[in-house]
Amino acid sequence: MTQPTPGTPGPEKPVEDPDASRPGPPADAAPDDRSGSQVLRQIVGGDVAISFLAIVIALALGGVLIAIADEDVMASLGYVFNAPGDFFGAAWTAVSDAYVALFRGAIFDFRAEEFERQIRPITESLTFATPLILAALGIAVGFRAGLFNIGAQGQIIIGAIFAAYVGFAWDLPPVLHLFLAVLGGALGGALWGFIPGILKARTGANEVIVTIMLNWIAVYLVSYILASGPFNPSGTGQRSPQVGPNAEFPRLIPDFLVPGNTFRLHWGFVVAIAATIFVWWLLERSTIGFEIRASGANPHAARTAGMSVGRVTVLTLVIAGALAGLAATSQVLIDRGSLTAGVAASYGFDAITVALLGRSKPLGTLLAGLLFGALQAGGTLMQSITSTPIDIVLVVQSVIVLLIAAPPLVRAIFRLPDPDAPPRRAAATKEAAA
Amino acid sequence: MSAPVIPVTAGTPSDDLPKSAEVLGKVSYRWPITYAVLALLSLLGLAGTLIVRDGAWGQTTTFQSRYGDQWFTIPNFSLPSLMMVLLLTAVLVAATVYAYQRARSRRELPAWLHIVVLLAFVLAFLTWAGAGKTSVIPVTSLLAGALALSVPLIFGAMSGVICERSGIINIAIEGQLLFGAFAAAVVASFFTAPYLGLVAAPIAGAMIGGLLAWFAVKYEVNQIIIGVVLNTLVLGLTSFFFSTVLADDRATWNARQPLGVIEIPVLSQIPILGPVLFRQTILVYLMYITVIVLQFMLFRSRWGLRTRAVGEHPRAADTVGIHVNKRRVWNTILGGAVAGLGGAFFTVGSGLAFGREMSAGNGFIALAAMILGKWNPMGALVAALMFGFSKNLVNVLSSIGSPMPSQLLLMLPYVITIFAVAGLVGRVRAPAAEGIPYTK
Repeated sequence: MTQPTPGTPGPEKPVEDPDASRPGPPADAAPDDRSGSQVLRQIVGGDVAISFLAIVIALALGGVLIAIADEDVMASLGYVFNAPGDFFGAAWTAVSDAYVALFRGAIFDFRAEEFERQIRPITESLTFATPLILAALGIAVGFRAGLFNIGAQGQIIIGAIFAAYVGFAWDLPPVLHLFLAVLGGALGGALWGFIPGILKARTGANEVIVTIMLNWIAVYLVSYILASGPFNPSGTGQRSPQVGPNAEFPRLIPDFLVPGNTFRLHWGFVVAIAATIFVWWLLERSTIGFEIRASGANPHAARTAGMSVGRVTVLTLVIAGALAGLAATSQVLIDRGSLTAGVAASYGFDAITVALLGRSKPLGTLLAGLLFGALQAGGTLMQSITSTPIDIVLVVQSVIVLLIAAPPLVRAIFRLPDPDAPPRRAAATKEAAA
Repeated sequence: MSAPVIPVTAGTPSDDLPKSAEVLGKVSYRWPITYAVLALLSLLGLAGTLIVRDGAWGQTTTFQSRYGDQWFTIPNFSLPSLMMVLLLTAVLVAATVYAYQRARSRRELPAWLHIVVLLAFVLAFLTWAGAGKTSVIPVTSLLAGALALSVPLIFGAMSGVICERSGIINIAIEGQLLFGAFAAAVVASFFTAPYLGLVAAPIAGAMIGGLLAWFAVKYEVNQIIIGVVLNTLVLGLTSFFFSTVLADDRATWNARQPLGVIEIPVLSQIPILGPVLFRQTILVYLMYITVIVLQFMLFRSRWGLRTRAVGEHPRAADTVGIHVNKRRVWNTILGGAVAGLGGAFFTVGSGLAFGREMSAGNGFIALAAMILGKWNPMGALVAALMFGFSKNLVNVLSSIGSPMPSQLLLMLPYVITIFAVAGLVGRVRAPAAEGIPYTK
């Protein structure tokens, strides 16, 4: 790997680096003597533009799928050459209906009468985003250390078991109870992250396999626990007792701001914001964060520099697990919350995509989590009022990540210039030198 | 692992070394300890819980080998449970002692010993589970079901071997299985021909493999990332069409089209093993062929040598004129096709219509089986069979009423895998150039 020298742009974007498997810090090797055209090229072909265009392409592809699946569109396809207007009209209706519903469910419901109903969607989006952001932060920390932590799903489940137990079994004063329940959730997740960490550090066991196996073990463990002991006083084996009122996250939006609101949004979202700031501080400002990034960038160099890569591995996965455990608390420690077998839904797997979209940076992960939360909330409404199932959201999400991972592809589709490509003259000199 | 006691560094004159000190490997007690644990489990866990029961000496376990029509059938037979468990424990103890002696003299254990130990323990467990029950233990159907459940795992693991040996990590096995299942169901249903489904499934899997190769080789995106994303993409696509097009007209697009069972004459009449191995659908026979051909081709053919070279040291391979990236692309597409074919098992192979998220994590288990099998077709086969067996064991035990919670039993193969990955099978080593894009 040639190192980007100051003054010349890096050879590739960091995402495409063969051995930097996770999106690392961007190669801050921008040329000092930027000409006006180069600035323009940076903007047109840069990260923000690529992300925006990727979202556009993904939504367009989703639109094609919606049209294909629509019966009216398919019916008008039979006579498309006689009346093309019918076909395009039907396709437009199907696609715009779906996307308008998506918007109404995700951001702002302009058709609702009351203010409370109008802004309800955005609070739903934030509620969906909370566990995604927390779990994705954990995965992002792992990526930065060069670890593929596929186990957020299992870590959420174990965190939920701990949080729920503290929540319903103990009886404590208000603030303390919530604090301990959240701590319990983080501890449970951390425990489930510690196992692959210590195994990787001691025996070199591949963390991808161990975390996948631990996900399954957690799935069976939670269904076993739900059927036994203190978790199953009702004898149904389906859900645990409800957590105590003192262990619930209070609602975030108080009554005097939006009178009579029934928003589900709770203080767990604030925890997610705080966790984002913490992870930023951890990765960018702390010693351990430096060790994490060093081990991820080049474990051999880190070891030579005197860092214990094994210790960093364990610590990273423990932190990742704790963050996933926090994600669990936002699902369990809520109004009438309890432990169920499906407590983790698919947050653990969606979080991987979120972390990838956020390029493993705290702020990026936060924004990606918000986007995915909005898609989730919007998709729910879309599914209920149009004939488009929520699964389209999965397609849109994965296409976005796929395209963002391959900027050259997006640039090729829109014929954009490559901001990192050396100017033509420099390229010629390089070839001559080679 | 077995580091020599005296490191012979370059430049050390060999005369300086003491003549008498033979360089010996470290004695590894890995297997004797494993065997001892199994023997102890059998003695305390199985025999122990039987002895405390009332009238344990009189309890029997009934086995059944009958499975469909056969020329010779062995009638159901009952064995005294406790005696049987104690006898099998004795076998395990003997194996432990033998393994200990082999280990002390630094000799490898023969493969048959592993099989004997495994069989003895499983048999002891089955005897224990069926002790004193009126219901029988259906040995043949237990094995046949285990083989069937292993089919997608084995195809998936073979797909992993093909891709990873050439240096491309295939996390997308799950998506390839799911897309294969989807394509097989839709095509078979539309043409009302189950065998056409077997043509469509590998094509669908190959498409996912092609996408993986395209992004991994052309754009050099991290392969695990693409794999994870492709899994989500396939899940989204298939679920979307499942709840729109397929749900609107089930009769046309998602009708059940089971593959017929083909009975191999004579061979299928062998007691117990005959119906298990030779009374199956064509998909299972294709699986036998895939494993055998792959094992041979990978280590005995020009294709195999080049594949391994590209996966271990692409620069060296390139130097002698092998097209590294071309080989990787074709291997990934081929691997995708193999996994896609395995996906057909979920729909046409088991006579079911397509369902949402049908592959249910089998692709990831296949991945684990491949790693447990040390990137070898035969090893991966054994590991996949272990997963299939334990899964079906749970099914059978829950039908006869197991004395152990089914969730804990279901957990077992995953726990075993973690132990195995963490050192039981020795440190596994992936192909050296795995996951690293090759640029000249």
